Amino acid sequence: MEELLQVKDLRKTFKLSAKQQKLENTKEKVKVAVDGLSFTAYKGEVFGLLGPNGAGKTTTLRMLATLIKPDSGDAVLDGASIVSQPEQVRSKIGFLTSELKLEDFFTPNYQYDFFSGLYGVAPEVAAKRKKEMFERFGIDKFAEVKVGNLSTGMKQKVSLVVSLVHDPDVVIFDEPTNGLDVLTAKVVTDFLLDLKARGKSIIVSTHIFSLIEKICDRVGIVINGKMVACDTLDAICGDKTMEERFFEIYEEKVGKIDA
Amino acid sequence: MHDIITIIKKEMARFFGDKRLVFTTVIMPGLMIYLMYSLMGEGMMKQFSTADDYVGKAYCVNMPAEIREMTKPANIEWEDWDGNDADKERILKEIADGEKDLLIYFPENFMTDVAAYDITSGQPAPQIEMYYSSEKSNSGTIYSKMQSLLSAFEESLVNKYDINMSAEGEGKFGSFDQASETGIMGKMLSGLLPMLIMTFIFSGCSGVAPESIAGEKERGTIATLLVTPVKRSALAFGKVISLSIIALLAGISSFLGTTLSLPKMMGGEVDMDAITYSITDYLLLFVLIISTVLVMVSIISLISAYAKSVKEATTMMAPFMVVIILVSLIPMLGIDMGGKATFFIPLLNSVTAMTSIFGFNTDLTMIGLTIGANVVITGVLVTVLTKMFGNENIMFGK
Repeated sequence: MEELLQVKDLRKTFKLSAKQQKLENTKEKVKVAVDGLSFTAYKGEVFGLLGPNGAGKTTTLRMLATLIKPDSGDAVLDGASIVSQPEQVRSKIGFLTSELKLEDFFTPNYQYDFFSGLYGVAPEVAAKRKKEMFERFGIDKFAEVKVGNLSTGMKQKVSLVVSLVHDPDVVIFDEPTNGLDVLTAKVVTDFLLDLKARGKSIIVSTHIFSLIEKICDRVGIVINGKMVACDTLDAICGDKTMEERFFEIYEEKVGKIDA
Repeated sequence: MHDIITIIKKEMARFFGDKRLVFTTVIMPGLMIYLMYSLMGEGMMKQFSTADDYVGKAYCVNMPAEIREMTKPANIEWEDWDGNDADKERILKEIADGEKDLLIYFPENFMTDVAAYDITSGQPAPQIEMYYSSEKSNSGTIYSKMQSLLSAFEESLVNKYDINMSAEGEGKFGSFDQASETGIMGKMLSGLLPMLIMTFIFSGCSGVAPESIAGEKERGTIATLLVTPVKRSALAFGKVISLSIIALLAGISSFLGTTLSLPKMMGGEVDMDAITYSITDYLLLFVLIISTVLVMVSIISLISAYAKSVKEATTMMAPFMVVIILVSLIPMLGIDMGGKATFFIPLLNSVTAMTSIFGFNTDLTMIGLTIGANVVITGVLVTVLTKMFGNENIMFGK
């Protein structure tokens, strides 16, 4: 099995405002969002980061996508360092998150061509890929409607398609099904499985156990910025469900969950 | 380079695809300026011309024949009145109501009294009294006409010498005023145009820059650009160049509006034949304006990149606008900054260089240095902008 991504001791802190310090009843001026996180993901696999809200999943993915820089530590993705070679990393990955918005003014058709241009995709390749992807996600009927006038679900689909214009080998997806209706969520999940079938490597973050069970080969459980367990799905769960195992691990590491 | 062009193309598509934005940024400023200045100019012309062919209606008491003769070109119909108390109120009311324009009163034997008056005696001089209404424009005009006529008449009574009185404005050695037509025009335009150009460029970029940078930050679309492999420097250059093109278009529109309406505004005082800038002047001016646009757009882009929202960017730009106006006023107020250091101070150097071109004193070294300095300053500012695009606190800080 070939290693795709080695994450080594990633650490990221954020400054706390005076008000926030009071709210959290702490004298610490910084909040540690990701605390020495390490893991390895392999080519052709789906790696899932599982954890509650505020565990540091999104911050980790944003560092991997080079949107933000780690305070210390590094990650090497397909030979490129997120710290010293961010542009190379960006050209290898497709990063999807609800935080990335498309300009309301432009149509899906224009957006696709624009981003193809930025990723340096040859026009004829881009045209073929656009046709396939637009058909697959039902965007073809809305290709000339301004993004601002599309429904929320359709906007998400356009975002997804646009972030994959360069057909990247690595797809990083933050909360892939968040805020989607059941139908769209299924389209997205099926698409991720399809990507996997085509040999792509995928890293997702989620707090939905069923999604992990459905698509992941390997899972890392993140609690309070630390990796508390990381292995293949089978090795972690054994004969239990993901949900049962998660709460066992959580109680072991953090303590009883107060209602 | 490919990325820069892609970004520029997108910015242009965004701008020109939005007809309203094109109208309000490019077409409206020029059109508004043209209409406003033309109307203002016409309004002023009208005010003078009514006064020219208007026949004034006025009462006079004891008006000496010489003075009546002298007022003939002023187009005033005189009605004599004996000054009795019975008609006083009616006459003053007519003036207040605007039916008559003036009442002029000369003391009896005015001309003899004047001739006998000795200025060294310390006694009060004979007094002419004029009653008028300053709220009626005709009355006001007739009043000032009479005032200047009477002053001229007074001067002619004691005329001992004249200064530069010849009708052609020429004396023994030729023209009194040694300034050329061109020089006068140059002085007028070099005071006015640099400020107009600077404000036009500013308003052109202030309309689109906050939207294009702070707006993209606010809406989260800049993050989508930042995850692509596009270099931050390409993004910075792409933004600055496309915003400069738009600002330049807006500037040209305002400039056309101004130059086309200038003759109307000045009421024919502008002698177009006297504006004889050479092709080189125009070319220098064009390159100078482009370099100035680059500097100004870079500064506004930095402000917009730093701001968290379009609203904040607009607020933060207000002090910058004041700086631009103050800097532009420097040559108009005739303050000589002197020294070569001026060429390296952004904006001030552009204003000084523009003043020299409009004033027909084109100084190639100075303009060259200014353009060079502007290019270097733009480079530095774009580097800073690149750093800002790479700074997560600035790009994603809430």
